[in-house]
Amino acid sequence: MKIEELVKAVEGNVVCCHENLKRDVELAFASDLMSDVLTVQVDKLVLLTGLANMQAVRTAEMSDLPAVIFVRNKTVSEDMIRLAEDNGIVLIESPYTLYRASGVLYTMGLKPVY
Amino acid sequence: MHFEYRVQGGDFVRAGQASSQVKKILKQLNVAPQIIKRVVVALYEGEVNIVAHAFQGKIYIDIETDKIRVILDDVGPGIPDIEMAMRPGFSTASPIVREMGFGAGMGLPNIKENTDRMKISSVVGVGTRLEFVVNLKE
Repeated sequence: MKIEELVKAVEGNVVCCHENLKRDVELAFASDLMSDVLTVQVDKLVLLTGLANMQAVRTAEMSDLPAVIFVRNKTVSEDMIRLAEDNGIVLIESPYTLYRASGVLYTMGLKPVY
Repeated sequence: MHFEYRVQGGDFVRAGQASSQVKKILKQLNVAPQIIKRVVVALYEGEVNIVAHAFQGKIYIDIETDKIRVILDDVGPGIPDIEMAMRPGFSTASPIVREMGFGAGMGLPNIKENTDRMKISSVVGVGTRLEFVVNLKE
């Protein structure tokens, strides 16, 4: 599934790295716990989180995640955008709750990790 | 190749900068992405540990042809019971650290998981030294 399809599905606002919207993702992981995200060892994974801070983007950087969806209208800061740009990580803001965003993407066929 | 980085306790904005630099270096050296991920996930967990628990620290990186050797040295409270600290789920992290998305007691077990050798030594009231090695060849 292309990242741009996820954006549409969660009524998302892409704040960075539009050039990578055609990249493929296959799995999703929803968590506010970055230590938990760091234990996941798969590729093509998108993170859904309510944690809008630098560490969420750093975690995406270390885990090679192509995209992060920030739920519940959490705003992405300039610092976060700069870091994401350095690494080509697509950052998406969504008005949906973590539950709703996860549900919508699950129904679309985005697979869970476990 | 040898590199050193300073880490400031409590500075969550810059936490991860050293790991980020090391990631760039390993990429330039054409190390396999899966191995880079193991190294930087372990290193990032270690770096966050210094930021979360210590006053300050230093990271020493030695890259050889077949392995990377990492030492994270901190000045801080130390770990009274290392066996306990290695247990998944055990954490002494403050609420601020938890708000940053860490402090779930998964860091040290995850470092062990991602490295080929790992050693922790600590003196209470002085600091902690975490050493690990990751083989760079598959």
